[in-house]
Amino acid sequence: MGAQVVTITSGKGGVGKTTAVANLAVALAADGARVVCIDGDIGLRNLDVVMGLENRIVYDVVDVIEGRCRLRQAMIRDKRLPELFLIPAAQTRDKSAVTPSDMVRLCNELRGEVDWVLIDSPAGIERGFKNSIAAADRVMVITNPEVSAVRDADRVIGILEAEEKGTPALILNRLNPVMVRQHDMLSAEDVLDLLAIKLIGIVPEDESVIVGTNRGNPVALDPKSRAGQAFRNIARRLSGDEVPFLDLEAGNGLWARLAKLGRK
Amino acid sequence: MTDPNSLVQIKGLRDGLLVSLGNASWDDLRAALMEQIETRQSFFRGARVAIDVGGQIFHVNELSELRDTLSERGVNLWAVVSESPTTEKTAQLLGLATRISKPRPQEMTRPPAEAAGGEAAAMWIGRTLRSGTRIEFPGNIVVLGDVNPGAEVIADGSILVWGRVRGVAHAGANGDQSAVVCGLDLSAGQIRIAGAATIPPALRSPRRGSKVEVSERSGEVRPEKISLKDGILQMEPWQANQS
Repeated sequence: MGAQVVTITSGKGGVGKTTAVANLAVALAADGARVVCIDGDIGLRNLDVVMGLENRIVYDVVDVIEGRCRLRQAMIRDKRLPELFLIPAAQTRDKSAVTPSDMVRLCNELRGEVDWVLIDSPAGIERGFKNSIAAADRVMVITNPEVSAVRDADRVIGILEAEEKGTPALILNRLNPVMVRQHDMLSAEDVLDLLAIKLIGIVPEDESVIVGTNRGNPVALDPKSRAGQAFRNIARRLSGDEVPFLDLEAGNGLWARLAKLGRK
Repeated sequence: MTDPNSLVQIKGLRDGLLVSLGNASWDDLRAALMEQIETRQSFFRGARVAIDVGGQIFHVNELSELRDTLSERGVNLWAVVSESPTTEKTAQLLGLATRISKPRPQEMTRPPAEAAGGEAAAMWIGRTLRSGTRIEFPGNIVVLGDVNPGAEVIADGSILVWGRVRGVAHAGANGDQSAVVCGLDLSAGQIRIAGAATIPPALRSPRRGSKVEVSERSGEVRPEKISLKDGILQMEPWQANQS
């Protein structure tokens, strides 16, 4: 069976696309799947940093497309998981170095090699975004519970629907249940009420994500992290498993303690 | 008719190129257009192009394919002008403009409502309109779904939304003061009729007890109609016993 190509996009920047790609890739690969992630943000690459593979880059995606190297040479093997690879973006070029049909060709070549191709889309709805969705079998839209991020997600979903790419699945990232309870943050219901698409996962706000991102150690590898658990669950849902949603109000963690403080 | 120059006419506009397609099958027209672009690459590279497709009917996949093909040749398609409402709707849903700054000569002479088929004509939109979508029609518009924040519906006639309006609904855009806007919940949108605009909460007493409007979620469903009376927008709730 050929690989599934999944693109993660958001419209707005800074909502967690790259973090989500790194974590889902790690989670899928830790389950034994063969995974390639492609950094679609040409000119502003950073998936390599989040995955901790920065200093191993020799060739990048533009080198492959322009024929300066073979596909295999640009696939950097992860230092932890032997079946996880990264194809980095070029840092010294811009989006116009790649066309949508280049991406389709590249992904078709990868389909026979691996089980999953995850594409990290750049922010925006221009060329880089079009490149990133061109080859996608499925698209996941990630957003934060903020009005501006939700507005941009709505725009992106509208474009995906208009292009007949199918309805994307939604990842709600950085939800803070305490703030939601105090009506200071949009709830998952508020977001779904507007976007009206299927939710594939909610990732709670968790400081360990930032630490992991800076150290190049995605939190999905940390068994204690709540956010890591949420990403692992999304990876399993992506593979077709039925996984119940995390109870973000669960009584054993930091959230519960904070919640009690909040109620006093 | 096989001479590509007769099928594809190109002229300069103030802000780009206008490509007018002649009368032939889409396959022939497309081939003729591509030939023009291939043979005059330096002329077309980086160009901002509007296409007048006449009465050709396009669906999403054809139009998006055309746009992507052009884009790969460095041509930016920004507008599709068409006589076919289907094509216009397709283009609008893809975020392409359907009017270029200079109106077509016949549009200036025909009364818009008649052009669209008079009172009976309405454009049917069977889906939610998401942020960034702009639907324009020279008659009435019916939306089965929501009009989300950042979406715009602009009709020369009236607008009926079987859903919530949280974006912009502009009825009577051509100056028709008898146009109305109806919806299941208009409370979070911006409603315009002819030259008047309002944010509906201004039309009714403030809501009780809701905390900071963190949520864009609107209240309960309450069908409403907004119309223009003596130059002022007025909102009437819909009641079951109303005729």
